Amino acid sequence: MTSRRTIVVAGHGMVGHKLVDLLVARGALERHRIVVIGEEPRPAYDRVHLSAFFDGAGAADLSLVPDGFFSQPGLALVTGTRITEIDRERRVVTTDDGREHTYDELVLATGSYPFVPPIDGRDAEGCFVYRTIDDLEAIAEFAAGCRRGAVVGGGLLGLEAASALRTLGLDTAVVEFATRLMPVQVDELGGEVLRRHVEDLGVEVHTDFATSSIERGDRGQVLALVADGGRRVEADLVVFSAGIRPRDELARSCGLAVADRGGVVVDDACRTEDPHIWAIGECAHVAGRTWGLVGPGYQMARVVADRLTGVGDAVFTGGDLSTKLKLLGVEVASFGDTSADHESVAFTDRIAGVHRRVFVDADERRVVGGVLVGDASGYDGLAAMARGDLPTPSAIGGLVAPSAAPAASGGVGAMPDSAQVCSCNNVSKGAVRAAIAEGCHDVAGLKRCTSVGTGCGGCVPMVTELLNTELATAGIVVDDRLCEHFTHSRQELFDLVRLEGIASFSELLGRHGTGLGCEICKPAVASMLASLGGGHILRGEQAALQDTNDHFLANLQRDGTYSVVPRVPGGEITPAQLIAIGEVARDFDLYTKITGGQRIDLFGAQVHQLPHIWQRLIDAGMESGHAYGKALRTVKSCVGSTWCRYGVQDSVAMAIALELRYRGLRAPHKIKMAVSGCTRECAEAQGKDVGVIATETGWNLYVAGNGGARPQHAVLFATDVDDETLVRYIDRFLMFYVRTADRLERTATWFNKLVGGIDHLRRVIVDDVLGIGAELDEQMARHVETYACEWRGALESPELLGRFRTFVNSDEPDPTLVYIRERGQRLPA
Amino acid sequence: MTRVCRADLLIPGRGVAALVEDRQVAIFLLPTGELCAIGNRDPFSGANVLSRGIVGSKGDVVTVASPVYKQRFDLRTGVCVDDESVRVPVFRTRVADGWVEVSC
Repeated sequence: MTSRRTIVVAGHGMVGHKLVDLLVARGALERHRIVVIGEEPRPAYDRVHLSAFFDGAGAADLSLVPDGFFSQPGLALVTGTRITEIDRERRVVTTDDGREHTYDELVLATGSYPFVPPIDGRDAEGCFVYRTIDDLEAIAEFAAGCRRGAVVGGGLLGLEAASALRTLGLDTAVVEFATRLMPVQVDELGGEVLRRHVEDLGVEVHTDFATSSIERGDRGQVLALVADGGRRVEADLVVFSAGIRPRDELARSCGLAVADRGGVVVDDACRTEDPHIWAIGECAHVAGRTWGLVGPGYQMARVVADRLTGVGDAVFTGGDLSTKLKLLGVEVASFGDTSADHESVAFTDRIAGVHRRVFVDADERRVVGGVLVGDASGYDGLAAMARGDLPTPSAIGGLVAPSAAPAASGGVGAMPDSAQVCSCNNVSKGAVRAAIAEGCHDVAGLKRCTSVGTGCGGCVPMVTELLNTELATAGIVVDDRLCEHFTHSRQELFDLVRLEGIASFSELLGRHGTGLGCEICKPAVASMLASLGGGHILRGEQAALQDTNDHFLANLQRDGTYSVVPRVPGGEITPAQLIAIGEVARDFDLYTKITGGQRIDLFGAQVHQLPHIWQRLIDAGMESGHAYGKALRTVKSCVGSTWCRYGVQDSVAMAIALELRYRGLRAPHKIKMAVSGCTRECAEAQGKDVGVIATETGWNLYVAGNGGARPQHAVLFATDVDDETLVRYIDRFLMFYVRTADRLERTATWFNKLVGGIDHLRRVIVDDVLGIGAELDEQMARHVETYACEWRGALESPELLGRFRTFVNSDEPDPTLVYIRERGQRLPA
Repeated sequence: MTRVCRADLLIPGRGVAALVEDRQVAIFLLPTGELCAIGNRDPFSGANVLSRGIVGSKGDVVTVASPVYKQRFDLRTGVCVDDESVRVPVFRTRVADGWVEVSC
């Protein structure tokens, strides 16, 4: 038996990790040991979506490495360690901690570094680059004391950096050497349109600006950027984003060939002149150039993974440099060949801020490339035409008309199976179709089984379209109808109820449905009627719609008994109320437990006991906690500035105010909130549907977080807002969710499906682009005004009280219930 | 037949539980006016809760969904429409002189 061979991977960025992932997937660990040596202090993360870090994503959210991945036998990751030397004779690399690692095969995936132009003052205090999570952390920390930020470089990354500075609350300027923004991707007119968009967002743009020096203050800190000719842009924080250069110094120092403009020279198998050393990703010079995008890097990783495991002899002959992204809320796309020697057809609308140009091979009348700014609709189809996967329609002018998806030629449906859908992971349309045929019927599933859409994510809309067409063709209905009784989605039904003023389930069923209804549509419609202010949920016909929890205003447990939760707003409770709860629990022999939401749950009550229990709780000044409803549950809080040495705001008072405002609000699913009094975040607000964290001057608002089985970090929605603004944003957020979410969809899932994400949500809530702000406000105002404790309402109504009977013909308790006692309490046997 | 309650006590589309000679019965008034009675015990959870489920229709079949794990039972035959190997007892029931009566 031969001994195990060792593959050393130098660098653990996106491409380095892709290689490791592919090697493991191809069974490399059966015969190889893999040692990955990374310079950064953390495992590989998603650098493409780095700016999400400023929208509240943590390092863990961006990580590409699943938990436990590197605990597989034969696989080792060394982080925070740099390789300093390669000894090709002995096949050994030396790291900066003095250790040696021998290799049989060495793969350089060292990536690139940000280019900082050699100008005077480039190392002044307040100068940064934008490449790693460490860079971003340093920028965020320094920005706290700054007012103005400037980015050197108006390319793709520069605009990303500008967006980040803006998110950090800085007045932001971008300076660009060329005459337009994104000179590599867009044409002159596109640059002009893009510039207007960027300026509309309050970002200053200075083109034709050749930064010659950095002006410094007496402490050596940044004061301004100065250009040839004396133009000056003031800033107290500067980010250099003037391009990247390959990290090829290891190859240089061991005598491997390096290209004139940098990059380790490799052949089309990504192998250097040393047969045991390979290079992939941004550090490699292959097919005549270096490749600064993740898609081609992944292609190289695939080539080397195939070769090292002997499964194939793939080659890299060039990659797809098409890009489609959203920068500062503006869609920008460029694909194929956009060189000026082709004929082109363009459409520019400066007023709407749209510029679309496609380049055409005049002889063949075929689309070869294009530039889209402000409206990238139809990108997938156009890019497919440029790749030759779709025929170019005869009316080329129609392709540049805005919002004109090339539907005439059939979109993704018309592409051949060999067409590439995901260029990052080289997934073909055929592979996606095969996965759908094998039973992957949602996008998340397709991502898992084919890796499609897991690189830059740009192909997800196309994958969604493909999935829907495939399912429709297979006769599998892509069904958003609520149930067999309504052909509408929940959102459509909600609008019907709202706009037609429908007041009952039978009216809605009569007008728009069939049959008797069921356990799906009845509670869903009951919730809509309640959200729209339909009075007590057990009145009249509504009684028959409610789930058992809502019908008995308590939580059904597995033995058929119920649990009872009084509201404890903000988790604040008086000793007298605690005693009252204790006495009720003792007298009714209820199992008592503290909940995660800072309340007390009393278990084991039978239906006929509920009114007696509640009479006593209400007499003690308490009210329904709606633990039984798809409604606001609790607003958890820390003790805040009243007691805590670190608190900066009164989190308890805010939590109580929010809980009292939104109590009883019926929604598609339960809603949890929390308020923390300082950034220590003891209330865990970032795991809630709505999270509020105190700042020195106001509140930061987070939305759409989730705990439970699929935890999700909440996203930062607004910073440093005052009480009034905070409440208005939450009002609108909740009402927009209530209006548009699916049944039983928590805010996190709803948010994940929201087209346009957090930016769109801000535009709806803050900028009111849909013009529904006043309506949402008014709906919430009505909710707050008409709120009444459901238990008080029930106790005051002899008719409702009459329903709380275990048996309609007997006062006996349920004779089948059996209990044991354990740890001093009564539990079901 | 045993009298259990006044007929006007029932809400269309909801059920009540009755204790009839030590048997627990779930009695439902359908929106059509039809009266149905099945065993109250949910065979999936073992809890006596079927009277507290939501009444609905699946095609022509009128069902009640258990409030515990949501399996549906045909109110006229007692057969579980989500697992036909499971069934609950069905009882005769009627309204006489304004009273609901059940025969166990």
